[in-house]
Amino acid sequence: MSILGTRVLRVEDPLFLTRGAVYTDDLVDERLAGALHVTLVRSPMAHARITAIDVTAAREAPGVVDVVTGAELGLPPAVLFGAAPKETARSFLATDRVRFVGEPVVAVLTEELYQGLDAADLVEIDYDPLPAVVDLKAALSDEVLLFEDLGTNLVGGFGHDKEFDEQLFDGCDVVVTQELVNQRVAAASLETRAASAVWSDGPDGRVTLWASTQNAQSAKAEVAGWLGVEHDRVHLIAPDVGGGFGAKIGADPEFALVAHLARRAGRAVRWNESRSENMTGMQQGRAQLQTITIGGNRDGDVLAYRLDVLADAGAYPRIGMFLPFFTRQMAPGVYDIPKVESRARTVVTTTTSIGAYRGAGRPEATTAIERAMDLFAAEIGMDPAQVRRRNVVPPDKFPFTTKGGATYDSGEYAAAIDKALEAADYPGLRAEQAARRERGDTVALGIGVSAYVEITGGGAFSENAAVEVHPDGTVTVLTGTSPHGQGHATAWAMLASEHLGIPVEKITVLHGDTDLIPKGAGTMGSRSLQTGGVAVHQAAGELVELARQRAAEVLEASVDDLEVVDGAVRVRGTATAVTLAALAEREPLQVRTVFDSGAPSFPFGAHVAVVEVDLDTGRAVVDRIITVDDAGPVLNPLLADGQRHGGIAQGISQALLEEVRFDEDGNPITSTFADYAFPSAAELPSFTLVDMATPTPLNPLGAKGIGEAGTIGATPAVQSAVIDAVAHLGIRHIDMPLAPLRVWEAIAAARGEDA
Amino acid sequence: MKIAITVNGEETAADVEPRLLLVHYLREVLGLRATNIGCDTTSCGACTVLVAGESVKSCTVLAAQADGLSVTTLEGLSDGPDDLHPVPAAFRSEHGLQCGFCTPGMVMATVGLLSENPKPTEREVREGLEGNLCRCTGYHNIIRAVLVASGQDPDELTGVAARPGVERSPAGGIEAAPGFSTGGPA
Amino acid sequence: MIPVGFEYVRATSVDEAIALLVEHGEEASLLAGGHSLLPVMKLRLAAPDVLIDIGRLPELDYVRVDGDVIAIGGGTRHRTLESSQLLAEECPLLPAVAHTVGDPQVRHRGTIGGSLAHGDPASDLPAAVLALGGDVVLRGPRGDRTVPITTFYTGVFSSVREPDELIVEIRVPRTGPAGWAYEKFVRRANDWAIVGVAVVDGRIGLVNMGPTPLRASATEAALADGASIEDAAALADRGTDPVSDVPATADFRRHLARVLTKRALTTAAG
Repeated sequence: MSILGTRVLRVEDPLFLTRGAVYTDDLVDERLAGALHVTLVRSPMAHARITAIDVTAAREAPGVVDVVTGAELGLPPAVLFGAAPKETARSFLATDRVRFVGEPVVAVLTEELYQGLDAADLVEIDYDPLPAVVDLKAALSDEVLLFEDLGTNLVGGFGHDKEFDEQLFDGCDVVVTQELVNQRVAAASLETRAASAVWSDGPDGRVTLWASTQNAQSAKAEVAGWLGVEHDRVHLIAPDVGGGFGAKIGADPEFALVAHLARRAGRAVRWNESRSENMTGMQQGRAQLQTITIGGNRDGDVLAYRLDVLADAGAYPRIGMFLPFFTRQMAPGVYDIPKVESRARTVVTTTTSIGAYRGAGRPEATTAIERAMDLFAAEIGMDPAQVRRRNVVPPDKFPFTTKGGATYDSGEYAAAIDKALEAADYPGLRAEQAARRERGDTVALGIGVSAYVEITGGGAFSENAAVEVHPDGTVTVLTGTSPHGQGHATAWAMLASEHLGIPVEKITVLHGDTDLIPKGAGTMGSRSLQTGGVAVHQAAGELVELARQRAAEVLEASVDDLEVVDGAVRVRGTATAVTLAALAEREPLQVRTVFDSGAPSFPFGAHVAVVEVDLDTGRAVVDRIITVDDAGPVLNPLLADGQRHGGIAQGISQALLEEVRFDEDGNPITSTFADYAFPSAAELPSFTLVDMATPTPLNPLGAKGIGEAGTIGATPAVQSAVIDAVAHLGIRHIDMPLAPLRVWEAIAAARGEDA
Repeated sequence: MKIAITVNGEETAADVEPRLLLVHYLREVLGLRATNIGCDTTSCGACTVLVAGESVKSCTVLAAQADGLSVTTLEGLSDGPDDLHPVPAAFRSEHGLQCGFCTPGMVMATVGLLSENPKPTEREVREGLEGNLCRCTGYHNIIRAVLVASGQDPDELTGVAARPGVERSPAGGIEAAPGFSTGGPA
Repeated sequence: MIPVGFEYVRATSVDEAIALLVEHGEEASLLAGGHSLLPVMKLRLAAPDVLIDIGRLPELDYVRVDGDVIAIGGGTRHRTLESSQLLAEECPLLPAVAHTVGDPQVRHRGTIGGSLAHGDPASDLPAAVLALGGDVVLRGPRGDRTVPITTFYTGVFSSVREPDELIVEIRVPRTGPAGWAYEKFVRRANDWAIVGVAVVDGRIGLVNMGPTPLRASATEAALADGASIEDAAALADRGTDPVSDVPATADFRRHLARVLTKRALTTAAG
């Protein structure tokens, strides 16, 4: 019987639950002994010229070894994302201008951490304020420019150079338009960002840089580029990482700053930011203003859909400027809509940079199309679940290339919707809702249905893996993925174990060390299993083949008579065998391989959210959420469920609670965990997961990616449910987050009440 | 100032700044780095330890305030990775941790919760952990872990219907051990 | 993240604490549970030069009957209030309110004296004591004085407590079978109240509806005049001055005050 598909407990956990995982700030390494602490002085202004920096008092403070300004730093500015305009290059320490609250200006190096915080308070910086730009439409107007040399705040776009087709909705009985906000959120991983660095001696010295990242290999390349050194002079290691959710994709400029400071100081250096710094400094997510227009006939056929996206890049464009590409690509969702057009424009604002956040461009597409379907359904008076089923791409049309330009590999969208509705007892829920309305209950029931498809593979469809069996019978697997909670050490061990017959606890999976594993595309975009896991599977399979070849010589048997069972190569039907360990003793037994799936895969599903809304206070609570998330065959149900749970919670949270807010001067007003609300256990229910597994033809495991399903499916389902709960009052739309204030204001307005 | 704190059963002492936070005493002075710092507003609970048997957020306690008292951290709970204390054992068996950053605090908060309420309902667990934030798990499995650690049945208490087509594995057990070890129970 | 440096001294008695307060004057702050003061110091919004730790004084840690009141030591922790059998019988509003403060870890450290002294209008216990019509007993170099809670607060984070005084005791009536309720509106369980309403024996204390805890006097008067709960509760925000912030506008707070007052009164009426 196969180990694949079983609930193997994580091999990571015994250490995590006793000594604790070792995150970047936990590192004890002799190379870091006596490391200086870096404390960054950051801008309190959203947009300003720096007119003076006085570090004299700071330099005299106890324990201070150096105080470095941008002018002294000796590191040229750099763009933070390849496609970003060169005019948007960011200084590693601001010299004459700051463009968001939190932009680093001065670095203080001290012997002890606490000394750094004290000395930082003594740095005096004079700012001459410039107008802040926070509102996206204001940014688009170019009235206040962030980068005069660029001449515009528009830094990217897709399809924005073409005019919209005025006749797109000709022939539609019904056309509905709505403006939507997909609000800015913070990834809020429990571990903030951290980096430590030390250089080896001599002119050819190399830097060893430990950093909390989701991709050591690409971060290394970026840092090397920013430092102006050859790539092989940077050795980047990702220790255990305490969550990323996309915000730890791409090297942060602070990584290069830390490495450079270590070189200047001639000593090891460590940096670990506070939560408040993290809430302004780490990339944030979403932040799109959307206009949707949907048209169709009264029978329920959707005939045309238009999506217009205005996206925020933050001050210094990073991967966020690219994400609207995915939004456009996934715009039509699971629906076969004859006419679809979209465009996206991305502008800079005097705020924190936007990066990837669980779903990265796809939740934005899904919430938009799902809102559109609900609005269309309401307009024609049809049940929203029924409208969806009517318009989904049927199973016999796969592979299906959408008007958005994506080719969906496999899918059973109607089946997913049906499964979710059945598990939720949809008719029963509608009956309960009607009964409450009849009685005039103050606690209304709302039901939201979402159907989604999403693109996984992270844009990097190739991944490498190496498997080696050692003479002592243990195994080392090297992977180019970069787990930060996903359990790859367990999952990849399962894949190797399946082939080798060696138990999971004898298999060590290593990742994230660029000297050990020079190539890798990291963990993001739900790519890991379908590329990296398959590569491990492939490498283990190739190792089995290699072992059989070698064993044939040793055992003087025919290869065809040999099988690998329980860690040994055995002549079928006999006791004649040689262990893999013994073979390894004779000659290293290792394989390195690359798997390239060549294309993204498209997991899909349907969520049903049941919420209760207190009509007197606007407070919405998720009572139940039932999800179908189909990402193909499940390797480890424990891990897959965990990924779904986490995504669902974040999806609910974006729908109901989270919002990064800036005031009109660009000051962040939600920059602590006291102000930035995401749920505790008390705000969430247990989740009902329904299983469905439609394999992809793109890889031998049939696996797609599950990591982001939760945010993509749950966010629109919960938004839909809350609006559904108050729809009988005549409310058509409420923007996220549907926090009590906003819901209550909608109710009060609908009832014609005063505050 | 000189302080002495019993940590995980061992006497420790040091000369520290009055403002040294207990969490930094544990991490930097004693080198016990399982306890993490996740925020700066006493919100997240990642730093939770037991002081005199009660759960507290060690980022909001001065080491000086714990002078002469007894502190327990995650490192002090289990006899070893192969011999986990029932609470972390349940976290493992129910997959109640992913990135692990909130976990030491979550486990200690659970130990504190169960010492005050040995047989909590699902609601009581959720409210009992209101001071501990997790971003990875959605709490679903953490709640199960706490219920399992309390000797109760999570399926029954959470009322979440068994998922069709998936065999429930016995709490703490491995679903299938096809002829070779799959990582073993804690 | 980390407070500015300070001197620390642990008082071994209330008298010693007072002597230290006198010695250090306005440079010193009292440290009881530390869960109002330390968070503020960590953000460097406060930077006392001296902390006087009164967190381990048994003479401040008690809940006992004293005639027709319950006397509670200023150093009594929220956890103790929450789990007090005596309070559950004699003054059930108080343990119920204490249970909502922060989270279990906070409740293991925070004290009622600390909470009252800090005077955050968004905190729960001051409004509960206000609804109870309790008294605050202050002790200083000039001796003891008892201040009714109704005159204790003078403004946001401000009270009549002098810098050289300590809250040694809080005295609340034995309300026994009188109807009571506490409604606390939050986004997340361990948040500060967006609005809170404490009701006991026909008196109503409001959380976060102004710079200090407030009584819903108009509602109380209407009830005394025989108005229905519905009509009386509609007046709950009279005389209040709520702020607008991240989770709520002033208007929303006013609305919540009315809604929660109605609910609390309904619950209290049984």
